[in-house]
Amino acid sequence: MDTKVITLLSDGAETSLSAHVTGDDVWLSATDLTRATGWKLTRDGFCQGSMCIPIPPGRAAELTRADGSVNVAAFARLRGQALVHDDDASVWALDASSTARTSTRASVEAPDFTLPDLTGRLHCLHEHRGRKVLLASWASW
Amino acid sequence: MDLPVWQALYTELAARNFVVITVAMDAGGAADAGQWIEAAAPTHPSLIDVQHRVAELYDWVNVPSIAWIDEDGRIVRPNDPGFAGEYFRGMMEPDFDFQAMMSEAQQQQARYLAAVRDWVERGPACPYALTPDQVRERLAGPNADHARAAAYFRLGTYLQHHGRSDAAQAAFAHAKSLRPESWNYKRQAWHLEEMGKSGGPEFWAEVKALGNRPYYPRSEL
Repeated sequence: MDTKVITLLSDGAETSLSAHVTGDDVWLSATDLTRATGWKLTRDGFCQGSMCIPIPPGRAAELTRADGSVNVAAFARLRGQALVHDDDASVWALDASSTARTSTRASVEAPDFTLPDLTGRLHCLHEHRGRKVLLASWASW
Repeated sequence: MDLPVWQALYTELAARNFVVITVAMDAGGAADAGQWIEAAAPTHPSLIDVQHRVAELYDWVNVPSIAWIDEDGRIVRPNDPGFAGEYFRGMMEPDFDFQAMMSEAQQQQARYLAAVRDWVERGPACPYALTPDQVRERLAGPNADHARAAAYFRLGTYLQHHGRSDAAQAAFAHAKSLRPESWNYKRQAWHLEEMGKSGGPEFWAEVKALGNRPYYPRSEL
């Protein structure tokens, strides 16, 4: 099987890890899945914080292997996420839009983010809880 | 540029438990957005978003896009064009009336800022503060094409930062074809391809191709 070092882009982070790529499937160690996405493979399925997505009946083989590796392409399908890669197949990217839309429509909660200002200082939206916030985008172009 | 307007509004209302956060959708980072931020000398958080992450999370396809968020972190207005309007669209016509455009722009700005002040003053009693159900009606559900477009755009910004401009443009091309209504994708990709192209003939041809359709979503204010 073809093992190589890839970069996985997920939720603003970029993680370098080794993967087995076969066709559309991208197999990672469960530790690397956690490192790249924050999701952990447990007895209850894939978990992040208190939220768990159980592995649906009949889909275990598509998602996991006996050696403990996880297919991130199947994991993305399970979450309704898109996974795309570039032509030389060294970078894979997951979207955040589908999961953000689902949770925002359910809760009407403003999605949190962390971004730098011009000096490099990081700011989070949630730091401003307790105040009204006007969030405005612009661009130099 | 809107930054000086937002900074002035923040200065005016900061003591009323209100903050403005401005976010530059600029894959070129500080090299592109920095001079505008420096000129506005913001005391509010003025952030740079090289991945257009906020646009992805809030499902915004254009600049400016604006959300109002209450004290509990809930969205009460998800997506306004603010005081931007359609008036710029005739700008390339020989008989375009710049005076009329300026006066319409000023009126829209005054109207929008008055609405924000009313919300800061009255909270949920402000008629422009939407209920959770009204907000939900204005939010789109998951869409497979839009999700792929967002993933390709993220891939493109990464490739651009790693010096692979051609591969980046290929990824942006996927994003643009999967979500053609995103001006952010189109104009950012043009800008990275060639300085000035985001407001060049390609841009104006696409604006013209809209016909009777709006450039900005309707603000209903």
